[in-house]
Amino acid sequence: MSHGLALAVSEWGAETAQPILFAHGGFDFSGTYDRFAPLLADAGYRVVCWDQRGHGDSAHAALYSWDSDVRDMLAVLDSIGPEPIPLLGHSKGGGIAIHLIQAVPHRISRFVNIDGIPSQKNPPDVADHDRTKLLATELTDWLDHRVRAGTKVRRADTIDGLAKRRQKMNPRLSLDWLRYLVTVGARHDEDGWRWKIDPALRLGGFGPWRAVWSLRRMVAMPVPMLAILGLKEEPMGWGTTGELASQFLPRDAKLLTFEDTGHFVHIEQPERVAAAVLEYLS
Amino acid sequence: MSTKRLPHVHVELALHTLRDAAGPPLLLLHGLGEHSPAEVPTEAQAWPGPVHALDFTGHGESSIPDGGGYTAELLMGDAAAALEYLGPATLLGRGLGAYIALLLSGARPEKVRGVVLCDGLGLAGGGREPGSLSVVFPNPVGVVPPDPFALAELARDVRPPDYATAFVRQATQLSGLDQPITVACMDRPEWLEAVAQEPGVAEATAGEALATYAKLARPT
Repeated sequence: MSHGLALAVSEWGAETAQPILFAHGGFDFSGTYDRFAPLLADAGYRVVCWDQRGHGDSAHAALYSWDSDVRDMLAVLDSIGPEPIPLLGHSKGGGIAIHLIQAVPHRISRFVNIDGIPSQKNPPDVADHDRTKLLATELTDWLDHRVRAGTKVRRADTIDGLAKRRQKMNPRLSLDWLRYLVTVGARHDEDGWRWKIDPALRLGGFGPWRAVWSLRRMVAMPVPMLAILGLKEEPMGWGTTGELASQFLPRDAKLLTFEDTGHFVHIEQPERVAAAVLEYLS
Repeated sequence: MSTKRLPHVHVELALHTLRDAAGPPLLLLHGLGEHSPAEVPTEAQAWPGPVHALDFTGHGESSIPDGGGYTAELLMGDAAAALEYLGPATLLGRGLGAYIALLLSGARPEKVRGVVLCDGLGLAGGGREPGSLSVVFPNPVGVVPPDPFALAELARDVRPPDYATAFVRQATQLSGLDQPITVACMDRPEWLEAVAQEPGVAEATAGEALATYAKLARPT
């Protein structure tokens, strides 16, 4: 429970093993680690991951914000114990981890960030007037979405249908894997399968937040960090390059780039990522 | 006074009608930690139409969700839900409600018939950039509004001046009004100072501003 909100927590490995906390990406859920987490469990870790609010089997919240995800993460960390433990985050999970570590650095011993370093994604140079129109469209779409969101129901489909729709966002992942994800991240209603994620959630969005705020402060993080980047751009990735990341990495951080790999580095190359992570943690 | 309960995403918002009348509607947006007034405030007494007031999520008679997560953008969604029900309206916002009114004037320029920004609680927010990071962990005592999460999170909600002015530009370009925004505040946090400098933003007392907006022809 995080302040009245029920969060679903999954575990892999022995209960008495060294814990490590995993954070999944936006529009994912703990099950997206079903291929990768067992590799760490087999090597002697107790992997703990929670479904972020509105995602997977956790409760749908009325409000979603970066701050509340960080707070939920701390609630899960508290449920494991007071000792500092390693933390691994993918995508948005890596982004919120950067915030958590700055707020409570004494709780985290080592940090692995998998393609979760934010980067500025400004639209290319456009005239001010056009930029205003871009923002106007984004705002209108978002407000229209919120007006409908309360009564919105996700479309039911077959396992195959959901997997194929997901593949548009995850073009590099195999259909077999995506079909498996559907069986975990979707529920089977009478009329078909539906993603469990809160229909009020929406990709993209707007707000005052700027990547550079996170980046500039990431430099000062006092926790040893391994940063892993997949260099093939994908719709759900942040397009962070090795060049950008290395400008802002904390002192002594290690950067590993995977050339022919997309945003889901640990799903495309589970063995290689696990080996790198285990070596870093040892 | 009558109250309409508006279901909005996963909360229920309370929209009060302080005075029912024919004419253009005025919507009041309260400050941080406040709730809608029970009566039409002095500065709005001369308004020629109905006067409504919205309780934001976690405030007044609106519901309190579990686990916080407040942002100004989500509250802008609350105010947009009220306009969805009321139709085009003039907005009078205090403090936090002034900032929300400004955002909405840019986001729904065709539905906002002028906004008046007034002093009130929560006007400054968290400033132009985030401060040193911490995890907001209020200790809610019971479930009495205002929600402690709202107080803690919206007091540090970041408000960069150029973000605020992007909404001003939308309002001025898309509302069809010469001066869609009027600043009636004494306090001038950075975002508001920047807003006041923008073309199309007027400065006047709340009473004067409302008199001007009351004369606007209603959109057909």
